[in-house]
Amino acid sequence: MSKKKESKTPLLDDLEDGPWPSFITDLKNLAKKKPAVGQLLGQLEQSYEERWDHWLGTVINTPGYGGGIIARYSDIGNKFPDIAQFHTIRVIEPAGWVYSTDALRQLCDISEKYSAGILQFHGMTGDILMLGSNNEKTLEAAEELMEKGWDIGGSGNGLRTLSCCIGPAYCEMACFDTIKTTKFLTDTFISQLHRPEFPYKFKFKLSGCPNDCANSIQRSDMPIIGTWRDEIQVNQEEVKKFIDEKGEEYVVDNVITRCPTKCITLKNKKIEIDDKNCVKCMHCINVMHKALAPGKDRGVTILLGGKRTLKIGDTMSSVIVPFMKLETDEDYEKLIDLVRRIWEFWTEHGMDHERVGEFIDRVGLGTFLDGIGLEPDPQMVRHPRTNPYIKFEELAPPKIDGEPKVAPNVVDKEIEGREIVVDMQK
Amino acid sequence: MGSFELNGRTYQTDEDGYLVNIEEWSKEVGEYLAKQEELEMTEAHWEVINFLREYYEEYKIAPMIKILVKAIAKKFGSEKGNTKYLYDLYPEGPAKQACKIAGLPKPTGCV
Repeated sequence: MSKKKESKTPLLDDLEDGPWPSFITDLKNLAKKKPAVGQLLGQLEQSYEERWDHWLGTVINTPGYGGGIIARYSDIGNKFPDIAQFHTIRVIEPAGWVYSTDALRQLCDISEKYSAGILQFHGMTGDILMLGSNNEKTLEAAEELMEKGWDIGGSGNGLRTLSCCIGPAYCEMACFDTIKTTKFLTDTFISQLHRPEFPYKFKFKLSGCPNDCANSIQRSDMPIIGTWRDEIQVNQEEVKKFIDEKGEEYVVDNVITRCPTKCITLKNKKIEIDDKNCVKCMHCINVMHKALAPGKDRGVTILLGGKRTLKIGDTMSSVIVPFMKLETDEDYEKLIDLVRRIWEFWTEHGMDHERVGEFIDRVGLGTFLDGIGLEPDPQMVRHPRTNPYIKFEELAPPKIDGEPKVAPNVVDKEIEGREIVVDMQK
Repeated sequence: MGSFELNGRTYQTDEDGYLVNIEEWSKEVGEYLAKQEELEMTEAHWEVINFLREYYEEYKIAPMIKILVKAIAKKFGSEKGNTKYLYDLYPEGPAKQACKIAGLPKPTGCV
């Protein structure tokens, strides 16, 4: 038996096995050039051994900015001095995540010059992450980034960097201009992005269609998702071609029976869709993308409240505006106005570290809608009620002959004593 | 842990220069801490510090940024009631820098 040379990092080496590219191999190569990366691997090995994370987090600010830099200190910095300070800079990414090669080279050069030469495309928020600079280099890097036209992203209790799918730039499904809207919202709310002023983080993500490639519904507080309100466009010629090519059975098995609301029928190689019952799951359009397309009357659905676990468990966003057009300047004004009203009410009454979804959960959707001045709509419910017993006072017969019918007063009773006063004059 | 001496008295600070004992704060201490931050304190700077002190006296906690913004707007006019104004005064952020000069505890919280 041949005896292998004993490695200093046996646990990390394990991660180099298998057919996939390994980040360990990459970092080991980088370590030849950047000693800090070698120490980074050393600390990771130790972390794996001890099952303990040796990073300490805190805040560093570039002058005039309240966020965008994630400061990380190593608590075993005496053992690994080069990574005693190993901060991350968040850089706002271009909408749709498309870059010119020149732009990428700029980022690489800055990363090589000021930090460990590790870039992450993209972090969970959507930003470009530039890893591994110390206190002074972080500020120098930020300055050079800004000189070259980049900007620092959001962190802390503020608006986070927006992200969106590629949208109409490259995709036939897009129901609204995600890239324009992302740019517009970023420009409009740049102050909230740079200077945190909320109870906790707030994220927008924008997807052009219900396929939701930006994962907005799980990963953002306020997803804006493209949709349509007329009929799915059907090209019967292409339907016929598709059936001729794949066979009727394939269509039945993969399209008709997989429609969650069973609203598609197939007759004589023609497709009929009962659009009233369509829930816009996109499955049929995705499978038969030549024959079917989203309708012509397009706009957005705005949702609210997605988040990971903190005060309450994970939630997905639920509908707050079932449909609105997003084309003219007035439409964009309406969107801005809605966002401002939500922020106004949430920052006024929200508790520390309470995201907007948790806030709605605490005060109730009714109170929240009152607060932001929206009319309740059946489409806003998260799921149908589970308790079938409901008493409509106005429909019940009078108890005593002649007693006037009164509207139910349930809401007032529930919030008595801690009623939220809302000034609707704004 | 660190410390500094001012007018013959020694003040304890933590590793980031925040005053350990909040009761020891005085205007002179505030001025000294501001000098460490390389800030020139104007009347506008002191308005923020005074509000932070008053709020802390009453609630024993540093205010959320929104409360600070609103209070400043109410007291000194709406043109000053925004975060931009506060960051112009305290470039490293009102939470971090102004709290330090006001002698309030270091703001905690995750990123």
